[in-house]
Amino acid sequence: MLHFQKWKVILVGAIVLAGFIFAAPNLFPSSALQGLPSWVPQKQVNLGLDLQGGAHLLYRIDETELVDDWLDTIRGDVRETLRSNRIGYIDLDMNSADRSVSVRIRKPEDVDKAYTELRKLVAPVGNDVFGGFSGNDMDIAKSGDQITLTATEVGLNERISSAIQASIETIRRRVDAFGTTEPSIQREGRDRILVQVPGVSDVQRLKGLIGETGKLEFKLVDPSVNAAEIAMTKKVPPGDELLYSEDEPPIPYVLKDRVLVSGESLVDSQPGFDARNGEPVVNFRFDAAGAKRFGRATQDNVGLPFAIVLDNKVISAPVIREPILGGSGQISGNFTVQEANDLSVLLRSGALPAKLSVIEERTVGASLGADSINSGQKAAIAGMLLVVLFMFAAYGLFGAFANIALLVNVALIFAVLSLMGATLTLPGIAGIVLVIGIAVDANVLINERIREEIRAGKSPIAAVDSGYSRALIAIIDSNVTTLIAVLVLFWLGSGPVRGFAVTLTIGILASMFTAVTVTRMLVAAWLRWKRPKELPL
Amino acid sequence: MFRGITLVPPDTKIDFVSQRAITWFVSAFLTVVPLVLVATVGLNMGIDFQGGTLIEVKTKENPAQLADIRGKISDLGLGEVQIQEFGAPDEVLIRIASQPTEEEQQASIAKVKEALGDSVTYRRTEIVGPTISSELIAGGTLAVVVAMIGILIYVWFRFEWQFAVAAIASLVHDVTATIGLYALLQLEFNVSSIAAILTIIGYSLNDKVVIFDRIRENLRKYKRMPLVELLDRSINEMLSRAILTHVTTLLAMLPFLFFGGEAIYGFAVAMCFGIVVGAYSSIFVASPMQLILGVQREAFSGSPSSAKGKAEKGDAEATARA
Repeated sequence: MLHFQKWKVILVGAIVLAGFIFAAPNLFPSSALQGLPSWVPQKQVNLGLDLQGGAHLLYRIDETELVDDWLDTIRGDVRETLRSNRIGYIDLDMNSADRSVSVRIRKPEDVDKAYTELRKLVAPVGNDVFGGFSGNDMDIAKSGDQITLTATEVGLNERISSAIQASIETIRRRVDAFGTTEPSIQREGRDRILVQVPGVSDVQRLKGLIGETGKLEFKLVDPSVNAAEIAMTKKVPPGDELLYSEDEPPIPYVLKDRVLVSGESLVDSQPGFDARNGEPVVNFRFDAAGAKRFGRATQDNVGLPFAIVLDNKVISAPVIREPILGGSGQISGNFTVQEANDLSVLLRSGALPAKLSVIEERTVGASLGADSINSGQKAAIAGMLLVVLFMFAAYGLFGAFANIALLVNVALIFAVLSLMGATLTLPGIAGIVLVIGIAVDANVLINERIREEIRAGKSPIAAVDSGYSRALIAIIDSNVTTLIAVLVLFWLGSGPVRGFAVTLTIGILASMFTAVTVTRMLVAAWLRWKRPKELPL
Repeated sequence: MFRGITLVPPDTKIDFVSQRAITWFVSAFLTVVPLVLVATVGLNMGIDFQGGTLIEVKTKENPAQLADIRGKISDLGLGEVQIQEFGAPDEVLIRIASQPTEEEQQASIAKVKEALGDSVTYRRTEIVGPTISSELIAGGTLAVVVAMIGILIYVWFRFEWQFAVAAIASLVHDVTATIGLYALLQLEFNVSSIAAILTIIGYSLNDKVVIFDRIRENLRKYKRMPLVELLDRSINEMLSRAILTHVTTLLAMLPFLFFGGEAIYGFAVAMCFGIVVGAYSSIFVASPMQLILGVQREAFSGSPSSAKGKAEKGDAEATARA
């Protein structure tokens, strides 16, 4: 087994070379790589948030709110359907607990017709893996004069899925405004979104921006009542609502319930400055329909104040001086430049379909990240040096072969991590160190085996040959069992644990290659060159 | 030409398995004491598994005035609060118990920031809500159990069921011993502890399989050798390899203990301990277990006709009990 076919030698050489080439960019600061031509590999290992600082935020979508919104829509649809078919009804109710909307039909002879018409509201949901039909979004049932529409589990999942998709888009637009490099926003499990933003320093602001629902409404202020009085007595006139501003202390406003124009009609918003006093403001523009409605409303209410409401908080309540017909306007409200900027981002990105709450938050400051990577690097290099010295002390020349293989192994790990775009975390660095231990073990097994074969009186070539082939079984068995544990880590773990599992998996696979193939070729080449009478082992 | 230093003479004849009366006692001690420790002293559960808020700050004054910080934060009425030095004398770790709801949890951090003002810089903040922490416990336990089952199946498939059972028994031994270490030193038990335990399982198993491999080989080679002698022989033959490998892995891991930084300290302690315990259990738990379980020699005799044949069974069992 000491003669290798030429193509095998070339292949192994090519892999080793590729390993070094693709690992090399990690030796340089990223600024040094920018000027290089594009054919030079430039991909570096992604550093995890624990190593470069940043924020990790896990959000969960508010399912109750989502269900209530949906039931509300169903109730509206039922009302609309029955009205347009001139069917009399009473007791149109929604019940959040069992996710249903029920209605009673006045005349018994209308029940069948109502059922047939309402049946049309039920839509199939076909969004499973195979794109097939997986059920209806609602169940419809009739008992006596009562018809009940119940939201199904598949329907709910479909709703959650699309709400998550929409939220991810919205969050992406908001996070992009932060201007950080490579934020990662992805779905996790059924109802969660994981947002990872490297290098962010102001987490509070980031959370504020992501977490706002961003529901914008323009409403008229009810001029006939005294807001302060109503805030005291809490007796809100019918058709009105009591909202507060974000000031400290909050200022109460009594607004007309009806929404003049909502955020959906908004096509653009940009931060700017007021031409008269130079204060930061937000400029916005409506679509055609929104502009028409807004124009009419302002025309009818010149001289009266209207309120700009964001997530049920009044951000400003200017008096309408003249009708706003062009469809564009300005929100002012004692903003700082940053606030104006954030607000325009919020409006531009649209509203979240439901409330998101943070269920897990981990932030690492940039200075701690830098400390961690420094100490991790120092420890890893020290560990590596100790291993190299020890291996040479224990096995001499054969130890040197093993050390070369080890170097190739580490290069391959970095090359694969860089190419995969995988993330290196602090536990990942520890994983590399463990791989060093495991890779060395393979060579220890081989070398010990060769020693045994020498003691059994075999010639150098025969000893090396059977040493390699007999140690191979133990190496494969022991590495596969480790691999099982590591794959479980990858499968069930999350975050840094996963990063650890990735480096370990790559490392174990690489060590099977380097410890066995690379060292064997080195030893074979040496044997052919020196033709030793005895092995230095 | 430099041949390397021989650390372990090639012809050791140490009676490992014969001393099993003593080592069984040691192993039982390493299994039972941790359980008692966990039950009495308890694990220092990190916020990963308990939920809560963790804030790492660097104070402007050096060393940090812990009493002052404690005073400011306990006034906030956030329930149980732990304040301790973490690494350097101007670095402080603040841990706040889980709040009833996720919103209150979020608010807790804002309150702390308000109370401390800019007397400190924030190095790290972590908030784990109650939903997540219970999921992490379930996930962690599941991971360990699934890994064990996967390993059981693989070893069973590659060797015999006796080897698989012996491997799992000694892995359970390693895991309890490691958890005991966490309880004894009150190291924080968190998600990376689960990673450490799984890695120890992987490493320790790696070691056991290598010895099993040699036992299997010797079972084929020495058909009439009494099992105790055969086990001792196998372990002795692998002793040089075992020591070299464990020393190199420890050498690689030790620097993390000394200058890996606070973030990875607990992980490194567990790993170093796990390497040693795993080495111990390969020799003193996994191998002697073969005696109790009775390894079926004919399964390894190599000729298909006698593999698992009934004829030789009595003989094999007699030898196994010798």
